[in-house]
Order: sequence, then structure tokens, then C-alpha cells
Amino acid sequence: MTTLTDPPKESFRLSMLINDTRYRSLTFQAIAAVALALAIWYLGNNLIQNLRAAGLNISYSFLGDPAGYDINQRLVEYDSQSSHARAALVGVLNTILVAFLACVTATIFGVIAGVLRLSNNWIVSKLMAIYVEIFRNIPVLIWIIIIFTIMTAVMPGPREFRGDNATSSMVLDLFAFTNRGVYIPMPFFENGLFGNATLNWILVLLVAAGAWYAVRMNNARAANVQAETGVRPKTIWVNLAIWLVPFVALMFIMGLAWEVPELKGFNFKGGIKVGGPLIALWFALSIYTGAFIAENVRAGIQAVSKGQTEAASALGLRPRRVMNLVILPQALRVIIPPLISQYLNITKNSSLAIAVGYADITATLGGITLNQTGRAIECVLLLMLFYLTASLLISMAMNVYNASVKLKER
Amino acid sequence: MSDQNNNSIAFVATETIPESPPPARETGVVKWMRENLFSSIPNSILTIVSLLLIYSVLKNTLPWIVNGLWTTSSLAECREILDGTTGACFSVLTERWNQLIYGFKYPVEEYWRPNVAFVLMLIAIAPVLFFDLPRKLLIFTALYPFVAFWLIWGGTILGPLVALIGFVVAGAFFQKFGRNNFALGFFGAVIIALIVWSVGGAMIPEGASDNALLPAVPSRDLGGFMLNMMLGLTCVSLSVPLGIALALGRQSDMPLIKGICVVFIEFVRGVPLITLLFVASVMLSYFFPPEATVDLFLRVVIMITLFSAAYIAEVVRGGLAALPKGQYEAADSLGLDYPQAMRLIILPQALKISIPGIVNVAVGLFKDTTLVSVISMFDLVGMIRGPILASTEWNGVYWELFGFAAALFFVVCYGISQYSQWLERKLHKGH
Amino acid sequence: MKKSVVFGALTVAGLAAGAAAAGTLDDVKARGKLNCGVTTGLVGFAAPDANGEWMGFDVGVCRAVAAAVLGDPKAVEFVPTTGKTRFTALASGEIDMLARNTTWTFSRDVDLKFTFVGVNYYDGQGFMVPKELGVSSAKELDGATVCIQTGTTTELNLADFFRSNNISYEPVPIETNAEAQQQYLAGACDVYTTDASGLAATRATFEDPSAHVLLPEIISKEPLGPLVRHGDDNWGDVVRWSLNALITAEELGVTSANIGEMAAGTNNPEINRLLGTEGNLGEMLGLSADWGKNAIMAGGNYGELFEGNIGESTPIGLARGLNAQWTDGGLIYSPPFR
Repeated sequence: MTTLTDPPKESFRLSMLINDTRYRSLTFQAIAAVALALAIWYLGNNLIQNLRAAGLNISYSFLGDPAGYDINQRLVEYDSQSSHARAALVGVLNTILVAFLACVTATIFGVIAGVLRLSNNWIVSKLMAIYVEIFRNIPVLIWIIIIFTIMTAVMPGPREFRGDNATSSMVLDLFAFTNRGVYIPMPFFENGLFGNATLNWILVLLVAAGAWYAVRMNNARAANVQAETGVRPKTIWVNLAIWLVPFVALMFIMGLAWEVPELKGFNFKGGIKVGGPLIALWFALSIYTGAFIAENVRAGIQAVSKGQTEAASALGLRPRRVMNLVILPQALRVIIPPLISQYLNITKNSSLAIAVGYADITATLGGITLNQTGRAIECVLLLMLFYLTASLLISMAMNVYNASVKLKER
Repeated sequence: MSDQNNNSIAFVATETIPESPPPARETGVVKWMRENLFSSIPNSILTIVSLLLIYSVLKNTLPWIVNGLWTTSSLAECREILDGTTGACFSVLTERWNQLIYGFKYPVEEYWRPNVAFVLMLIAIAPVLFFDLPRKLLIFTALYPFVAFWLIWGGTILGPLVALIGFVVAGAFFQKFGRNNFALGFFGAVIIALIVWSVGGAMIPEGASDNALLPAVPSRDLGGFMLNMMLGLTCVSLSVPLGIALALGRQSDMPLIKGICVVFIEFVRGVPLITLLFVASVMLSYFFPPEATVDLFLRVVIMITLFSAAYIAEVVRGGLAALPKGQYEAADSLGLDYPQAMRLIILPQALKISIPGIVNVAVGLFKDTTLVSVISMFDLVGMIRGPILASTEWNGVYWELFGFAAALFFVVCYGISQYSQWLERKLHKGH
Repeated sequence: MKKSVVFGALTVAGLAAGAAAAGTLDDVKARGKLNCGVTTGLVGFAAPDANGEWMGFDVGVCRAVAAAVLGDPKAVEFVPTTGKTRFTALASGEIDMLARNTTWTFSRDVDLKFTFVGVNYYDGQGFMVPKELGVSSAKELDGATVCIQTGTTTELNLADFFRSNNISYEPVPIETNAEAQQQYLAGACDVYTTDASGLAATRATFEDPSAHVLLPEIISKEPLGPLVRHGDDNWGDVVRWSLNALITAEELGVTSANIGEMAAGTNNPEINRLLGTEGNLGEMLGLSADWGKNAIMAGGNYGELFEGNIGESTPIGLARGLNAQWTDGGLIYSPPFR
């Protein structure tokens, strides 16, 4: 019987740390860890020394102090006696507001331009190509400034609405377009069921949600009937009634009325004011990002092979159904991921609000608060934390979506 | 026979009718217009709306441009001459041309230096962009950063020279040892370069820049469109190698290195560039040693480089992921180790796929260099928003200035993106 | 003086080898240049002219300090700073002094650890409105839209003023003066508010300055002055007394025109001490004996700087007002040179 002997045990040599693949990755990671630790220590040490030399310290207590400045665009209660933290919250909400609005309109612009660019109308497709190229190749900061300047220079000031020979007038006596912003009528309830306006609006929302659910039920019933008998009952009138009747009744009960903006003193009063900086930033971001989205949409539609269209037509589908049932679902899979990263870009580019004086988080926390308190490190860190959180949330949503539309290959 | 001919039936034509032209609606311009402009009612409406749009834009801008004045010395003078008629005041461009291009501090008698650097840049960048050019030109490309640095900043030539020697020595060391043992070659090269730089840096005599051939220009004096170009070029070229390293790190099996790269990339991509510029302008000085102050230009270059490196890393990662797995396996089966496989097999292919993406990042980055105007650097936009619009003579000239800035950026960015598309087509032909 | 060689070799020009613990004065002397923080552009106070030379009242103070320390008024590196970056630039040592019409307030002095070495301009926040609005007092501004140039104490004063008078307003914060002007002129705001000196400077650049009025209310105290870091008293003294030298020179009638003959010696011992022909004040500061003379020669005495940059003969056209010498009923007052 032969005996199997273990191969001679290799003694550990120092050179194995570099030459032996078993140890090499450990060596590299150790080097990386040491380098990282050294870098952190070096930077941290410098920071501490510099702060000590300047007699400063890192402290976030300034967030609780009264901010002392006013903000014109705010979604929550705020006045100059509110804290810096509250001012930052106003900024956060404003960032979300403009980012959301810009995402919606940029998508609309982008889809229209992307589809029209594929149009067989020569002049239209060329115009769209010019739009896309011009907006993609000029920095967004320049666009924001130009659009803000156009707005203030071209739109009339409230002064021009005044007097007997006013040079401007309100559209339909309801809307006022001025260079300070657009004033639109605000709905309110004269005898709401609750004393609080917010509660009344929540009630309206609830009713709408209920109607939406009922419509879905009705459609599902129609689908069942169709499956059993082959004839789909007409649902449109029932659906319309479900939508309108409770809504109109509610409005009637609560006494819906409109508060129309009116020129009083220096400004229009009443109604809802959409501020000039918000409009300029919103429009600039939408039209700039719209150009990028147009390219994504075009690429997405072109990515669906022509055979798909032909196959669908061969099945006897009409062109609209070909688009809805065959092309779009496939194109969307290509369009959505870059679309989401455009949404991320909009959120990040909204930080350029400081160029037009829109009170987003960069302008409140990273602007006036930073100026007034001089707490540069703290403010910038908080600012980055906010954007990082927002970006991570959006990317998370994107990953969930991507997983759900992934081609299920068998 | 002839009989037949003579008695032919009256209504039978004896000779062929001459070819008549096709109906007017089926030829030439008309056909083209029918098919491309008025093929259906909605299409016709769209066409008419577009024409009206074009007309209204031209009607408003053409007289403004044609009536433009180029030679006055202030806006007030423009208004006087125009006397109420429409017309642009382009004189601001001619009068402030130098400031728009070079910033307001760069010494006038030294303008030839950035100009030469610009021309040399075109030569240096050509072999990178066009693969058909002789590869020997790449040597010039490698030398260019040092030449350009010396031209633009001036001062003693010893500085860039020491930096160059450091790179050359490190490169030579890597050539000698890196072939067989990548780690030894790489780390050895880094250490040797550091040694050369510190020894060489210490040997540069104090005040060597005072009487140099080219007078030294502090980087604070750079400005205008030149600053945009420099920031864009420097940061892109620095961030490509960094981005590749990050992409490889992100693909690595080593959890620690992968973790560092992922955290870095996601962090940088998650925040707007402007917050990073705030870091450069208000925070970064606290992280340098107390006895050294790093000037704003360098701080901004560091932050923008890190920023674009993260984006380039993602592009390169896409390129790496797009390579078929067979390539990795083939490299392994040849017995190549990781550095060899990467250098010889994977990266050449992955980078080729990534080039259009990298060019897109570069265009975006170049546009983003305008953001430095927010942190008190006088780039093109900063010059316009700051000194020029604030001056007594030109207070109120908006369209001409921003139009000029937009046009300048458009020309450069459109050129680059056209190149990128050309390259994409060219690369596709191979398959 | 240490030198960061690693960075140094990589970016010789990019890295200004800087301050050791020895003190700012020694650093400035070793460097041969004074790093002075100024605004990015406010005509009259600090703005580059068409040739790229920095001009203005604050710039004059920088030049005077450079002349006192280095003997050369041109040995200044002007560092443009925004409202956001100025304090970091000073605290981190990027600049040696800040002369950027910065208001001396308690929290900046105590909390941010800066030393204000004096006041070179007494300012206050005012309002400008178009004449056609017919407003004659700031208290009539209820409901008005107000353009503010951000980055100073302006927003806070404005909020306090409207709050204490119990009237409402809409603030429009704008980053740069040029854009705020554009907004104001286009009628996007009814009122423009910033320091009264800035308003005058802005109005001077308008097409028709007479169509706009400055309201009589001055709603805040804005003592503007140069500042340095806490903890380097020697350097603080240098800047303080350079400024005082300019003020004293005006009081004593020393101008850039007659300083040559005065420096030969006069009967007035204070002038002699100021110009270094008597006593050893320069030595006490660690400067040369003729530091005061250099400082005054740089751009003239306080009065000359004022008249040349922002005075009534310039487009900005500010009256001396509070900024007259104490002997003329103003607040400008220097401790004695003794």
C-alpha cells in the first residue's frame, strides 16, 4: 500500500504577500486600509488644528436660533422669528416643489419634442433638432439667467395694470401675468363642513379617491361581463356620473367660491401667487432637461425594431393600438432608466436657484443662513446630506422599478 | 400595305405622344413639400405653426442684430446713436473682448502665451481624438501639460521640469519592473516619483520665479473663457485615469477596495456640483495643513476632478460590463494575471466602448465649469455677472453678453458632440 | 517659512507657500505681498476698472497697509470674495486682512473670532424707490416687493424694520448687485434696499438717476471696516494704525501733495511722529520709520481717498456726512499718535 504524503508544507515567505494570489488581495486591502486611515487622520488632524488656531468649534446649536430673515416663497408657516432649522425646512420643501414641477413639465416637453423629432414633417423635425441641440449645448446656468432676465424684462410690472390708461390688463379678469409672478384665482369654501380649510380639502381628496375606486370597480365589472358574454357593457355614462355627482354635490354643499387676485397697493393681493423666480427656474430646468429627455425618448422609440410594428400590423391592430400595446411598452423599458437619471439631474440642478433668488435649500441653508452665522462647515455638510438622501431615495425607486420591468427571460 | 396606312382609323394615333412632364404635384419641390410638409391636415397645421414661429423669431432678432453697433464705448453712447430704434450694442464685446476671453487680471503683454497654449492644445489633442494620426504625436501630447503649465503660469521652468522628470523616472521604473511584477513596479514608481518631486522641489531655489523667462502669473489672475477651457481640459484629463481606477475598484473582488469606491462614487454622484464647489471655497482650506494655503483654482480643480471622475467611473463600468464574459475567461485561460489582462485585453476594448460616454461627460463638465462664477471666480459668466455688468459703462447690457456666452459654449460643445457622434459611427463600422 | 514640497513640485504656482506660526506680519514681509480680501465688484469701494486695476475706497485701505508694511502700494494681491466665502478666506489664512465693506457686529467679533480694527465708513441701510411711486417714507411701503442684495446684514435689518413697524413686504433676495438692479429697473420690485452708499453708487449708473429717490429712513447702523483674525494682535495693530494714519493725516492737513515737504520736518511734533522724523513709532510696530509716510503716499489721506473714489466729485457722489472728521462734526476720529 502506498502512502499518500501531504505535499511539503510551504513556509510563509514575505514575498508571498505580493506574489501569491492567496495573500495578495489581503496585502492590497491592508495597504488601502492604512492609506485610508492615514488620509482620514491627516485631514481630520488638519481640521482640528485649523479650527483650534481660529478658535472655532463645530456646533449645530445655531439651527435653533431665530433666523431673522424673511422668505417670500414658503409652503409652511414661517416668519423672521422662526429658527434656522425652520428656514432650512422651507428651503427643502421649495427644492422638492420646483424639482417635482420641473420633472413633470420636462417629461412633457421631452416626449413631445422626441416624438416630433421623428415626425415625417421635415420642418417640424428640423425645428425639434435645433431645439435639442441648442439647449443641450449651452450651460444650464446661462439658460436660467437668460430666462429670468427675459421674464422680468418682457412681462409687465404691476404698475402697468394701474390707472385708467393701463398698458396691461388681467386675462379674463382672473389671471394676472406680471414680472413678479403669475397670480391665479384661489378656490375656497364659504361654508365648509369643517372650520379648517385643510380638513375641507382633505374631504375633497377623500371623495375623489372614493370615486376613483368606484370607477375601477365598475370597469372591473364590465371586464367580467365581457369575459362571460363577449359584449362589453357601456361604462362611460356610469363612470362620468360616479365622478361628477358626489363632487358637484360636495362643492355645492360647501359653497365653492373663487378668490380673484386684485391690484391693491404695490402688488396684486389674493389668489395664489406663483413667484417669478419659481417660474423662471421651473421653466429653465424643464426646457433644458426636456432636450435631454427628447433624445432619450427618440432613442427609446428607435430601439424598438421595425419588425415589431410590422408584426403588430400583420395581426390586424390599428396604428393607435400598435403604439399603445406594442411599441410604447417596449420603448418605455429603454426610456425609463435614463429618464430617472434626468430627474436626478433636475433635483441637483435646482440648486442653481441662487442665481435667480428662489429660496431653495441652497439659498436658505447654504446661502443666507451660512452668510449670517458664518457656520460654513456645518451648513455645507447639512446641505450635502440633504441632496445625498434625496438622490439615494430616487435611485432606490429607480432600482425597484427596473427590477419590476426587467425582461423575464426563460 | 401603304393602303393600310392611309386608311388607318382616325382615332388611332400614328406616332407616340411626346412624353409629358409628370403632374406638378408629383415632382420637384411640390412633391417634396406635399410629402414632407403637407401630407395630412395635422401635418399642415404643424408646418404653418412652425413657419409662423420661425418668422416671429426672425422678425424680432434680425433687425436687432443687423442694426447692432460695434464701436461705441458705453451703453449710453449706444442708446444715443440708436435713438430709440431697435439694435444691439455689440460694442461691449469688442471693448471688453480681452476681459471676456482672458479675465481682467491676466497681463496684456502676455496674451500670446495662452494663445500659443491654445494652438498647441489643438495639436496635442489631435492624436487622442483621431486614431489615424501617427502614434508618435502622442509623445507631444504627453509633454503638453508641462509646456502648457509653463506657458500659462510662467515662472521658473524648473517646476514643470521637476514634475516631468518625476513622471519620466517613474515611467522608466515601471517599464523595467512592472512587466513582470505589476505591484512592485506600480508602488515603486509612485514612491520614486514622490522622492524625485520632493528632492527636486527642495532644490528649486527660493525666488526662482522672480526673474524667469516668462513672468509668473498667479492663478488668481486667470479668468474669462480661458478659465472655462482650462478647468474643463485639466479636470477631464485628470479625471479619466482616476475614473478608470475607480471603475476597476468597483469591479474588484476585494471588499474593502470595492466598498471605498462604491461609497465615493455614490456620494459624489448624489450631490450637486455646486455643493462641492462650496466645499472647495469655504471648507477645503480647513483640511489643508495650517502652514500651507492652497489657492482657489487648485481647490476647485480638485473638487471638479473628483466630481467628473465619479461620472466617468460609471461610464467605464458600463463599458466593462458590456464586454462579453468570454473575454475575461479568455484572458484568464491565457494565464495572464489581473494587471496584464486588464492592460492587454479588457481595458482596450472597454474603453473603446466607453469613449462616446466619456465625451458626453466631458461636454457636461465643460458646461458645468460656469458654476465657478457662483464662488467668486471670474470665468466667462463670472466676468459678465461681475465686473462688466457692474461697471458704469455697461450696466444694463444683458442680451449681447449672455448671447455671446451662449454662442461660445454652443460652438465648443456642439463641435465636441458632433465629434462624439462621428466617432460612434466609426467605431460601429468594425462589426 | 515652511514649504509643502510634495504639492509644491506638482503645482509650483498653484500652491502659495504660506504662513508659519510666526505671525502674519512676518509672513507678509517674507512673501513680499499682502493678500487683501475685497468684494467681487462694487463700484467706488472695490471694483476692477477696464484695465483690470482694482480701484476703490476699500482698495485704498489695502494699498495703504501694503505701503506701510512693504513700502510698495502695488504689492497687494486682491482676493475677490463673496458674502459666503469672505469669513472662511480670512479664518483659513487665505487672506491677511479683509476690507470688504463688512459690518462690525457683535457676533462677528465675538463668535466668529475676528478683530475689527476700526471703521473706515459709517454706513446705514436705506431704500431706493422710483419717483413715480410717490412714496416719501419707508413706512408707506406696506405690501411692497423689496429687492435685497444678499450676503450682508441687509436681510436681518429689513426683517426687523418691517416687523417693528408692523407692515408686510415681499423679499426678493438677489446674489449680485447687477442682477438686483436689473430686477429693480424692470419693475419686478418696488424698492431696492442695501447700504446707502451702495444705493448711491447704483443710482449713479442708471440711465436716468433723477427718476429714483432715496428715502430718508436709514434703518440700521453699518460701521464698515477692515478686519483681521483674532489672536494676532501685532498684525491687528499694523492694520489699525495704518488706517489711523490716513485719518490723522487728514486731520493734520498732511496730503499726498505736501507730504514731501512735511516729511522734511515740521514744527508740529505729531506730524513728525506720524511721518517718522521724530520718535520711533514704526519700530514699535515692527515696521520701518517712514511707514506712515508710505501709507499716506499710497493713495492720499482719508479725505483724498474718499473724494477720489466715492466723494461728491465722482459719479457716486456721496457727501461726507457722518464720515467727516470729528472736527467737522463727523464720526471719523483717530486716537493720537503718541
